[in-house]
Amino acid sequence: MIIGAGHSGLAMSRRLTERSIDHVVLERGGVANSWRADRWHSLRLLTPNWQTSLPGQAYDGTDPDGYMTSHEVADHLETYARGIEAPVHTGVTVTSVSPRDGGYRVSTDQGAWDAVSVVLANGGSGVANLPPVAEGVPAGILSLSSKTYRSPDLLPSGGVLIVGASASGAQLADEIAASGREVTVAAGEHVRLPRSYRGRDIFWWMDAAGILDERFDEIEDIIRARHVPSPQLVGSADGRTVDLGSLRDRGVRVTGRLGRIQDGVAQFSGGLANTVRLADLKLDRLLDRFDAWAQESDADVPGDVERFAPTVVDPAPVLELDLAAAGIETILWATGYRPDYSWLEVPVLDYKGRLPHEGGVVTKSPGLYVMGTSLLRRRRSTYIGGSGQDSEELAEHLEAHLAGSGPVRSGSVRKVAEVEFAGHDGASDLLHGA
Amino acid sequence: MTTATVNNGVNTEALLGARDALREAPAAAQFTWKATSEWVDGTYSRQTIEHFQGLGAEQKHVKAFVLEGDHPEVFASEDRGPTPVETVLAALAGCLTAGVAAVAQNRGIQLKSVKATVEGDHDILGILGGDPEVRNGFNDVRVTFDIDADASKEEIAALVAQSQKRSAVFDALTNPTNVTVSVA
Repeated sequence: MIIGAGHSGLAMSRRLTERSIDHVVLERGGVANSWRADRWHSLRLLTPNWQTSLPGQAYDGTDPDGYMTSHEVADHLETYARGIEAPVHTGVTVTSVSPRDGGYRVSTDQGAWDAVSVVLANGGSGVANLPPVAEGVPAGILSLSSKTYRSPDLLPSGGVLIVGASASGAQLADEIAASGREVTVAAGEHVRLPRSYRGRDIFWWMDAAGILDERFDEIEDIIRARHVPSPQLVGSADGRTVDLGSLRDRGVRVTGRLGRIQDGVAQFSGGLANTVRLADLKLDRLLDRFDAWAQESDADVPGDVERFAPTVVDPAPVLELDLAAAGIETILWATGYRPDYSWLEVPVLDYKGRLPHEGGVVTKSPGLYVMGTSLLRRRRSTYIGGSGQDSEELAEHLEAHLAGSGPVRSGSVRKVAEVEFAGHDGASDLLHGA
Repeated sequence: MTTATVNNGVNTEALLGARDALREAPAAAQFTWKATSEWVDGTYSRQTIEHFQGLGAEQKHVKAFVLEGDHPEVFASEDRGPTPVETVLAALAGCLTAGVAAVAQNRGIQLKSVKATVEGDHDILGILGGDPEVRNGFNDVRVTFDIDADASKEEIAALVAQSQKRSAVFDALTNPTNVTVSVA
């Protein structure tokens, strides 16, 4: 049973089909639902098209160095789903997954299924991760997340406070500032990256120098690494770099991390100088690594070694902002996402609601797998192009699990009687979050 | 990363082990620090630091440490101890320096000397009630490190940056914190 027909779920479906393993893919909307329904209008992938290959289907379009829009991603995935004849059941919402007879009972709004194995491929960005400070937004100010934001023209005309300086925060600040609105960005820990370096796309470097291949079990602190915000990058036709420097040039006010909103006053960290220093130092270390790799491997790199100017921030950035007096009418939370496991009734979540796993294998509950989350098996896993290798390795593990579970290949997933489903109530809610 | 030859006197293995253990038992990571204070005379008071809670139990320092607070003679006081705002600066230096040592140990960098100077700009019209637009606290705090170590300039800059990133006192000074004062 695969839950979710995005790139991860479809890649896994293809791998299971290759192995003649009986399976179904449940999808609450249509194929690639989130890419159609859940993204802002201008969104494009961070990775160039040539890096968006899926198992058995390399990118063969006319613009390998371009960046797909979210609708193009959705089209790409729909074509793929048809090509691999994925057994997708669309418009089926999973309401719970619970342990049953050594396997799993998957309940949906359209009946229940029993499966020996379940692959959670419902996406790493199911819900917006709002910090507690979001509860302090005063009445009269529109509060929305990067998941519900669509475009600048749907916002009030006043000032916008964007919380977060990841890819989402930087991109939204860029386009909202371009719409003529006054924009303030509250920047916590962030990752600065140029769109290209020495004449090559930054993702060409990450791929070529082996960074995307770093495995989860080789990274010093994987829990931390999985929570590092996405890099300040935008996939655009003009290949521009967005970072705090470019935003500042656009007139965006950059403050430290948002600490508190009290009595209509937002308070920001005074640690901004160090936050940008950390990002600059980290960028320099990455470029050092690229240059060393290029020299050792005698890589074909057209441009010269360069270092980017340190990020300039106000020597005394704003620490307090009276939101009403400053004309702020919208607060946009670009504070990241987390997977939605609200329906997972298998007692595997940790105290913070996270799902511990070893490269996608939920070791506490054999037969349960997760895919498509940040740094799942390697850095590449965060991006669409990582699903090929991840799905191959996890399918191999899953196949071995099925072999040890008795009913192999045919019969490993079956629909159970509707009446049995109807009798399944919320009793197992007790397990949730345990 | 740690090499056997580097010794800054910080047991990073124990700290990293504690981090992993506390992730498994997050309740034990909840600490409560405590200082008690007693007024002596004028602006002079003594603070005693001995007990704290953590790792799910009452904890105790090896002995009771005593700090003093007073105001200088230019404030018409007797200057029997540092001004509390200076103690805050000292605490920031202590915290950042401990961080530099720990990060250096973890990164295999041998320290030879670590000196820091901390300055805090303070418009005292605020605390005197002389100008309602002036805040009571610091307007600007600057820390200057002078570090001699077996490391490049960039590595030293990264040490100092990382120590700020993981500093409790740096965080307490740069971010808002709820403070409740009550009368027993």
